[in-house]
Order: sequence, then structure tokens, then C-alpha cells
Amino acid sequence: MARYHITTTINGDEVDFLCESDQTLLSVLRDELVMTGTKEGCGTGDCGACSVTVDGRLMCSCLVLGVEVEGKRVETIEGMAEGEELHPLQRKFLEHAALQCGICTPGLLIASRALLERNPDPTETEIRYWLAGNLCRCTGYHKIVEAVADAAREMREV
Amino acid sequence: MATMLKYEDKDLKVVGTRPIRPDGVDKVTGRARYGADINLPGQLYGRVVRSPHAHARVLAIRTDKAEALKGVKAVVTRDDFPEMPVEFAAAGELIVNFRDVTRNMMAREKVLYDGHPVAAVAATSDAVARRAARLIEVDYEVLPHVIDPVQAMAEDAPLLHEEQITEGVDPAPEKPSNLAKVFNFAKGDVEKGFAEADLVIEREFNTKPVHQGYIEPQASLASYTEDGQVEVYTATQGHFVIRAQCAKLLQMDISKIRVIPTELGGGFGGKNNVYLEPLAIVLSRKSNRPVKMTMSREDVFRSTGPTSGAHTRIKIGCRKDGRITAAEAQLDFQAGAFAGSSVPMASMCTFTRYDLENVKVTGNDITVNRPKVAAYRAPGAPISIFGVESILDEMAIELGIDPIELRMRNAAKEGTQTYYGPTFGPIGYEDTLKKALEHPHLKEPLGPDQGRGIATGFWFNIGKETTTTLNVNEDGTVTVILGTIDVAGGSRAAMAMMVAEELGIDVDRVRPQIGDTQALGFNFVTAGSRGTFASGMAVTVAARKAIDTMRERAARTWDVPVDGVVWEDGHARPASSNVGEFEPLSIAEIARKSGMTGGPIAGHAEITAEGAGPGFGTHIVDVEVDRKTGLVKILRYTVIQDTGKAIHPAYVEGQFQGGAVQGIGWALNEEYIYDENGTLQNPGFLDYRVPVASDVPFIGTEIVEVPNPNHPYGVRGIGEVPIIPPIAAISNAIHDAIGIRLREQPMSPPKVLKAIREAGNGAAE
Repeated sequence: MARYHITTTINGDEVDFLCESDQTLLSVLRDELVMTGTKEGCGTGDCGACSVTVDGRLMCSCLVLGVEVEGKRVETIEGMAEGEELHPLQRKFLEHAALQCGICTPGLLIASRALLERNPDPTETEIRYWLAGNLCRCTGYHKIVEAVADAAREMREV
Repeated sequence: MATMLKYEDKDLKVVGTRPIRPDGVDKVTGRARYGADINLPGQLYGRVVRSPHAHARVLAIRTDKAEALKGVKAVVTRDDFPEMPVEFAAAGELIVNFRDVTRNMMAREKVLYDGHPVAAVAATSDAVARRAARLIEVDYEVLPHVIDPVQAMAEDAPLLHEEQITEGVDPAPEKPSNLAKVFNFAKGDVEKGFAEADLVIEREFNTKPVHQGYIEPQASLASYTEDGQVEVYTATQGHFVIRAQCAKLLQMDISKIRVIPTELGGGFGGKNNVYLEPLAIVLSRKSNRPVKMTMSREDVFRSTGPTSGAHTRIKIGCRKDGRITAAEAQLDFQAGAFAGSSVPMASMCTFTRYDLENVKVTGNDITVNRPKVAAYRAPGAPISIFGVESILDEMAIELGIDPIELRMRNAAKEGTQTYYGPTFGPIGYEDTLKKALEHPHLKEPLGPDQGRGIATGFWFNIGKETTTTLNVNEDGTVTVILGTIDVAGGSRAAMAMMVAEELGIDVDRVRPQIGDTQALGFNFVTAGSRGTFASGMAVTVAARKAIDTMRERAARTWDVPVDGVVWEDGHARPASSNVGEFEPLSIAEIARKSGMTGGPIAGHAEITAEGAGPGFGTHIVDVEVDRKTGLVKILRYTVIQDTGKAIHPAYVEGQFQGGAVQGIGWALNEEYIYDENGTLQNPGFLDYRVPVASDVPFIGTEIVEVPNPNHPYGVRGIGEVPIIPPIAAISNAIHDAIGIRLREQPMSPPKVLKAIREAGNGAAE
């Protein structure tokens, strides 16, 4: 089967890869580029563990084809910290004990960042509905919602 | 060696604080490596071929077309695995039988459920492996199937195992049946007790199978070498048990199998047993290449996990003052395709919160055409207490007694003898009830169609085999190698904290890490809420041994008797001025000179942790029922539980909150739905709906601390109790809201709406 040569930007770096026509962006990230921070929980867009942004828009990378990101900007969990500095959301997730097994955490962090970029002062309800596409089976969401609200508060003050 | 270390009340510097978990940064940056994140050079990709039938005889399996496909390197079927005799072993909270384990991982004579593996392939890419899987031809003789536990016990029910004669019945029946085993527990005389009662209520309850729903699908990678060794990377709750099962199933020496546990993306009891590991090992052996296998979400739902669906009949009698005189239960539990459900534990949990004279519980373990059940967080208890807590709610209303007060009048306490044997030591059940009575939650006003419910839960908790090695590094920092998996609750954090407390050093100078099966002796799976209890005991033993060694080194340095040296705040000090005047030696100073004073310093523990403290919890929930849609909304939720001692309170709260929300999902939405052919209709997160963030409110938590006297820090297991009360509490709250008592789970919108309509209770058309 012919493979497509795709050039894209991932976490600010120009990256090129070969992929099959039916290969998902999730598979490209994990299997071709060995960026395993993005997780597969379902492969059908129901759990949000594979959340990334493409040109700033939050997506399940299991529902995007690799060939679709030609010329686009992809952001994944691996690009969230800046150098040694964790993103405030990452720090607040740690401080609030907002993760347990952590398999959903990369997706939740990416989704939360996408929320705060659009809405720097979300209500509890807005946080809960925005994150409703990201399943977490460990925490009951309580500390995640607190962490996102606290990160938003801190980011507004900067 | 059995170990019980007494609880000491002492000033704590680290225990009870809330440091950042040691595995945290890796998890927020994507560095943490889970089962599917591991790759080895030259690896192949494996896929499993699964039965589309709920029950069928496997007449023939033809693999030639698959084997001929370019890129296919190995195919395995039942012929590649040895027959296993009946032999039982503990694996988590359930007992497994190797005759069944081998048949569950790869069907032999028959397939017994939709999703049952019949073959597996390994190929150079996942795409080729999937194509090859479709080329494997299986001839089936489809048989009638049965899924409902009550129907499965009927005389003419389709029979799963032609040789299965009910155990636990005297005399043994002559004919085989789907009733695998009957468990009986009794105390006192229930007939006499019911005769003394002023009020007797008997009801039936039904629950559906639900899945653990961990977000990480099973994933394993095996690499078999030419000299007969194998490395297995796998996401598991118990790598030593995986090793033991693989050794048995594949007739290998235990020493030749190295199981390296990856970070675990959730388990909740569902990752205690082998599924992919033996298949990956044999595919690797046949192909001479590492083989990576991952499950799809559909595979996970169809072939792993779920807990039992059940039918229960509960009868309770009490006097006018609310004192229970007799309690009786019959629990019919689906075991899935093979015997061994959680019904024995469910039986023992049914009434154990109460101090009762007359009890009788019968538990039926029933084989049906569904995946073999796996443990799910307090296996069976949420199912068996649903009916009990529902009936107590009815009794409280009937007698005009507050439901918490009713439970107080019957509460188990220190000295209460359970109906399955043990007598309780210090327990915190009454404390949780008292805390509930005083809780501000009870004062929150309720509006129309809103209601409040309470329910309580109990779990035994266990200890079992546990090992650890604690190395004092050359600079005085400490690494702790743990053999009991951190199933995500934060036990690595708790271990580091207890070690820091013992040694008198900062917690960030202690680095905990999970060791693989070659690094340590056997550890039981992380089940039964044993992680922080048992591993905490082991690290305390290890730390105290290291301290003894460091005291000896200081004594040698000062040339004084070792009795003259004490350990305080991370330093060896002279016990008194009589010993002599010496500057205290820090752990760093002792470590630096260890090469000259006798060699590197370590502490080990190889123990069987005994004396796990039972856990109790009381939950309060407020709901609002939408009469037009049947939707039940959780308005407020409070979890009150005895932890013994909260080592890291934030992660204790996390267990309370996470367990309660799993219970809310169980109560309101989750269920396995089968069609008339026994095919699972909802093997995905779209149709099997676990709670999402917008489904739940903040979950209030109250930590009660009644120390476990058998643990150095008073720890009780805490992970399982929180999932037990929600189904019952929510059912009680729905009754309080709309006056309709639901005795079937899930209480999902269609079912609630149907109940409202049947009650003619003002539902809009």
C-alpha cells in the first residue's frame, strides 16, 4: 500500500512522517513517531485520552487521520511544559492530587488548556461540561475540577 | 514470618501531610510508560480471534490461510497450550482454577461467551495481524445459551459444563448443572429470630453486570529467548501472580519468567489475571520475535472483567425499637463462563455492618454465557448490600426511626462476632454514623422531587505476602523497591512518607519504585485494599532494620555498645550522656562512611502482613428526579469512612471520591446489554456510559480515624469501601424524592421513567 509523506508541525518542531491513508493521527504519534504521551483508551472518540489540538482546536487524535495534519500545527502533552517549567495546569494537577493512574491525565490537561485559552474564568459547570468528553475512572473528577479552577485563577493573575 | 507491628501514637512529621506524588511529574508530562507504551526492537504485533457466539462447540479451526499471508509469523490455537488439571490458586480476591484459566485465555472444546478467544496471530504490523485474524476459519456448532442467573439454574437451562456437579450441597446432586457451588453462612436461629420480630420485610433485587472500566486497555509485550527465558512487560495489579499463572499454564520454571510491570492505567480488580500474557509468550516463542499485544476497547468489554450480575432475595425482621432479630439472604451471582464469582465475599459482607444474633446467607455461584467475572472493587459487596440497605430504609420509614439512628441501634462494634467467624477489634462504623448524624449535609434543604438517602458499607481488607528492599544510598538518600503494585491510589507516595517518617528525613529524599519479579520475592496482587496496609508494614520493617544497622555503624564508630545509640530525626545519637559525648551522626554521614564500617546499608522485609483492619463507610446522597425524562441527578454527595490513619489525606479523599463516582455510575447507568443471541450490544464507552465530569457534583469527604492496632501507622485498607453504598444510597434517595422504590439496577432514565409511569405518579406523557 502506498504511504503518504506528510509534513506538519508538532509542538513547534517541523516533523515529517509516512503513513497509510487510513492511519489515525493517534497511531502516527504513538507508532510512527513514538510519542506515547498521547494515550489510546477507546479508539472511537468516546474517552478523550488521545486529546490533542490541531491548529488550536481540541480533537480526539483517534478520529483524525494522519494525512489530515499536512501543514497543520499539532500540540500534544509532550509539548505542554516549557523547558523545565511545568504548565500551571500540570502543576495544579500535581498539587491538587488530581490524578491517580494518570492514563487520562494527558488528555485532560490538553482539554483543560484548550478550555482556558477560550475561557480564562470558567465556572464549575463550564469546566465540567467542557471536560465531559474526557473519561477518568479513578478520581471522580472532584480534584480535577478544583485543579483546573485553581490553574485558571493563577493564570488570570499573571 | 507473620508480621503484626503495633500502632504507636507518636508525633508525626510526614504522615498526614500532602506531598506531591513521586509518580506525578511523569504522569502530567506524558513520560509515564503504560502497557501499550512499551516497544522492543523487532517486535511483532499480535491480535486475538474471538468467538462471535455466546455458546458453541468448536469443531475445527483452520489457520492455513492466515499463516500464508505475507508478514504473518506465528499463529496459536488451543493446540499450543497444555491441558490443565483442576488446581486452585488465589489471584486477587477471587480463586482461580487452572483448568478454567487455560480455557478462558484460549477456548478448547467450546466457546462460552461472545468474545471468547479461539486463536491469536502475530505479524509484522498490526494491520497485517488484523487481516490474518479475519482469515482464520472456525467451524462452530452453535448451542443454546443462558445469561440470566435465575434462568441458568432452571432444570432445562442450557448447560455450560457437562461435568459440573454442584459443590457445597449434601448430598451432591447426581446431574450436572450451572450451579457451580453453594456457599452457606449461618449464625443463631433465623426462624426463632423472625418469630420475635414485629416487622418482617422480604424483597427481591436485580443487578446487571458492570465493567471495571479502566481507561487503559490490557496490553502485554513478551520476548522469548532461544535459551527458554522470557521477559513480559504488562499492565497488571500483580506481576508475581501473572508470573505464577504463566509458569503454570505454559509449564515453565518461575525463574525463567521475568515480569516487568508497567505503569498501570487503572485496574479496580480487573487486572489481577492473565489474558494476553500467555498468548504473547507462545507467539513470541513460535516466532522468535518480541510480540506486542493490545486489546481494543471492544475486546476489553467483551472478554475481560465484568463483575457479576445478580438476583438477590433479602429478608430482615426487627422489633418496634428497630433492633434486628433475624436476617436472611439468598444471593444468585453470575460467575460468567467459569465458576468463581465473588459470591462468597458478597455473602460475608451482606449483613456484617450489624451486630446480629440470627443470620443465614446462601450464596449461589452460577456459570452463564458471559465473560468470566473478575474482581471489581469490593467484589460483590455493592450487590449484596443493595437489598439490605434498601430494606433498612423501608423499616426506618415504617417504624418512624431516623435511618442513621436505625443503623446505630444495630451497629457492629468492637467485640461483635461476625456470622462468618472473626470478632471485630476496634472498628469505626459507629463513628462514621455519628459523623453522618452531625453532618451539615443533613441540614441542606431539599426541593420538590428531591430526596436524600443513606447507606453504609463494609469491606474486610487483606494483607498477604509482601516484600521490599530499602537501600540507603551513599549520600544518605534512600531508594525503596516495592513489590506490591501501586494501582494508582498513590501507594508509592504513602510508602515514601512512612519511610521518611521512620528514618526522620525529608520525604523528597526517599524515592520509591516498583521492582520487577527478578528484583524481589513474591508479592500478592494489589487487591483487598492491601497496598498501603501491607506494603506500609513491609517498608516499616525494612526501615527499622536499616536503622538498626545504622545504629550499629555509629556504635562501631564511637566504640560504644549498640544499646547506647538511639535513632532520632535522621541521626544516630548517644542514648544518654552516660554513653559519652558524641556529635550526632546524620544518615548522610553514616552512609558516606558505610564502606569502611561494614558495607552498604539496606533494610529488607519479606513478610506476610497480618491484621488488616476492616473498613466501614457511611454515604449520604441527595438526588433530584426529573419526572419527564426519568433522569436522576446527583445534587450532593458525602462519603464518611474510617481510614484507620490517612497517610496521604489527599489520596484518601481521592479513593473516597473515585469509588463513590464508580458507584454512582453503577447505580445510574452502567450495564451489560445482550441481544437474543447473547452478543454484547454495548462494548464501547458511547453505549456503556461511565460517569463524566458533568454527571456528578463535588464529592464531600470526611475522614474518620480509628487506628488499626495491628499496623505501625494505624492503616486500614480504604480503596474498596467507597464503591459499596452508592447503589443503595441512591435508590433510597430516589424513594425519598418521588416515593418509588427501585430494586433494579441501573436506575437509568428509561427504567426510572417506566417505574414512574407504572406508579401512575404524575409523569407527563
